[in-house]
Formats: sequence, C-alpha cells, structure tokens
Amino acid sequence: MKELLIIAISSAIVNNVVFSQFLGICPFLGVSKKTDQAVGMGGAVIFVLTLSAFVSELLYQFILVPLHFQYLETIVFILIIAAMVQFVEMFLKKSMPSLYRSLGVYLPLITTNCAVLGVALNNVDKYDYNILQGTVNGFATAVGFAIALILMAGIREKIEYNDIPKPFKGTAIVLIISGLMAIAFIGFSGII
Amino acid sequence: MNQYTERIYNGLIKENPSMVMILGMCPTLATTTTVINGVGMGLSTTVVLVLANVVISLLRKVIPDEVRIPAFIVVIASLVTVVDFLMQGYFPALSQSLGVYIPLIVVNCIILGRAEAFASKNSVGLSFFDGLGMGLGFTFALAILGSIRELIGSGTWAGMQVMPKAYVPISIFVLQPGAFFALGCMIAVMTAIMSRKKKTKTAEQDCNPADCAGCASSAHCGKRIFEETAKAGLKEDGGDKA
Repeated sequence: MKELLIIAISSAIVNNVVFSQFLGICPFLGVSKKTDQAVGMGGAVIFVLTLSAFVSELLYQFILVPLHFQYLETIVFILIIAAMVQFVEMFLKKSMPSLYRSLGVYLPLITTNCAVLGVALNNVDKYDYNILQGTVNGFATAVGFAIALILMAGIREKIEYNDIPKPFKGTAIVLIISGLMAIAFIGFSGII
Repeated sequence: MNQYTERIYNGLIKENPSMVMILGMCPTLATTTTVINGVGMGLSTTVVLVLANVVISLLRKVIPDEVRIPAFIVVIASLVTVVDFLMQGYFPALSQSLGVYIPLIVVNCIILGRAEAFASKNSVGLSFFDGLGMGLGFTFALAILGSIRELIGSGTWAGMQVMPKAYVPISIFVLQPGAFFALGCMIAVMTAIMSRKKKTKTAEQDCNPADCAGCASSAHCGKRIFEETAKAGLKEDGGDKA
C-alpha cells in the first residue's frame, strides 16, 4: 500500500508528466485556453490513461511475454490505445450520454497524446511494474496531467488581457510560463 | 528552384515543423539537453519520416481510404521499431539517453501529418524529398535548441569546452525549465522574423478545435486527422456489427 502511494505521488507531482517528463505537450499547449475545456480534457485523459495502462499491462504480461513477442510492444500498444479510445467513445455514447457530452469531443484527441503511449512503455520497460502498480502509475500520471492543464488554463485566462510583446503572443508566452511552473515543480523533488 | 529543392526549402524554413507549425513538441523539449542528443533524435525522426513517406506513397493506391489512418499507424510503428533496434544495436549510449522518446516517434504528429497531407497524395520522389525536408527542418531546430541549452547550461558544445573557464554554467538550462524558456524565446524570435517578412500565422494562434474545417493549417494538423480517424473508425465498427 505504501509503495503504491509512493508511486502515485511521485508520478502525479514529483515527476509531473508535463513539467518533468515532457509528455503530452501538444494537448497541454492546445487545450489549455479555457478552464472548463481543461477540466473536460483532464477528465478524459484520466479515464483513458488508467484504462490503457491496465489493458496494455495485461496484454504485455499475459500475451506478449509468454509468446516472446516483447519486441512488438510499440506496435501493439499504439493499436490497443487507438482501438480503446474508439471503444470508450462508443461505450460512453451508448451507456452514459451525459458523461459523453462533457468528455466526448476530447476523446479522439487523446490518441495523439504521447503520455498515453509513454506510460504504457515506461510501465513495462523502464519500471517493470506489475499490473496493479502499472494501473496506479497510469492513474496518477493522468492526474498530474490534469493538474498541469487546469493550472495553465487558469493562468491563460488571466494573461489574455495582459500586454504581451507581439512576438511572444500565443505559444511562446505559454512556454515561458510553463518554464516558471516547471521551476516550481522542481521544488517538489524533495518530497520522496 | 525545381519542385524537389522547393520541398526541402519548405520543410527547413517555410513550414519548419518545430518553430512554425509547432508540431512534435515533446521530443523537441525532452531530448535537447545536448547537441548530440538533439541531432540524434532529429536524425532518427528523419529516417522514419523519409521511409514512412516513401512506403505510404508506394501504397497510396492500395490502401482503402476508410482504413488509411490505422494502416499509416502500422507502417509508422513498424519503421519506428526497426529504427529503435538499430539504435540499440549501433548507438547504445545515444539510445540509452533518448530512452522512451525513440518509440514515441510513433505518436509524433509530424510523421502522421506528412503521411496524411502529402505522401498519400503525391509521387514517391516528391514524398521522399518532402520527408527529407521536414526531417532536416526538425533536426535543424533541435540542433539550434540543443546548442543554446548546452552552451548556456554547461558551457560546452558537443562535449567540447567552448566557454572560457571563468564562465559559471547556468545549469537550469539543462534542466526542464530551461527547455521551456529556450524554446519559448526561439519561437518568439522566429515569429518576429516571419512577421517582418510577411504576415504569417502559426498553426497555434488561430487553432480552434471546434472548427477545424475552416482552419488554414488543417492539412497538417494532428487534431483534425484524429477526428477523422474517429469518424472512420466508427463507420468501420458499425460495418463489422452489421
């Protein structure tokens, strides 16, 4: 239990997926303009990443390892993620229409989120987690992503009215702000 | 300028994937702690990009339109696996320091974007040069960013001591925040140069996810491609059931 808690805190805050691992930068820059959009995207990522971490671990441990097909992991994982995003979308549409209305538009964007594939690969290659640890890592990473996204959306709503030098408008200023936030997140590294 | 050199110029300067189109940000930020890492990442992406463009261009009449995105992903993922193992075999140190970002070339929007926007519609020769130009543009951006970060952050360039001995390295530039600062400033400089030349917009500034149809840069945009995949995928799944 203690070990799972350490995994959760370290991947949600200390090794934050955006500020310290540089995964999922594209949606972080793209969908952080409004807070409610950020909340929707964050929710969708938490949902998909937890599920995909679980499924990819399951597939790896019970199919790829026994058959010695580990070298196919990249191909298998990306197809699983793409198929699962579709599946989740259809499932939500049929059984939970209200949740689908709030998350639906963000689901197709998640396939391009490299955090999803990154977590699946890191779970089996870098950390060698078992299924439970891998799922917890997936969930916590997604929570870290949601935190970063929502914080950034809040800041971007404020800076909309600020007088920013012309070349810095748009992506450039968002990157500078991310740099400042990354400094703050380095401060967490003493926790564990 | 003939059409082949025009593709190279287009990739290097006009539609530079990192600095103008703002694509492939994850490897750009993560792997540029040194010039060597940045160039290594850039070149491995270039190899995948060129091969993927050639293969997809060869198969463009064979792949049915409805399943083209899954087919592209399989082609790209196979090529990335090959490159990953070649790197592990021949450049173990570089492969170690790039880590998970090599397999993550699969989800780099530049590659799928070029496959969709260019290679699936053009001849093999043109697609080859398009991939080469885009890849070199990406490598170029990564090399500059890597140089800036390594020079300021550790006073060296490609491992050689460049700055005078008295220079105290600002080590935050090789840490994560430095990546954001350096790239932010680089994009700002690029925007300033481009806007002086003529009025151009980056993909990011006028991107409205709700309205991709009216977007000028929609041809290269990862978002639009995946929205279409979603639609195509839904059709397929419906067909299976019926």
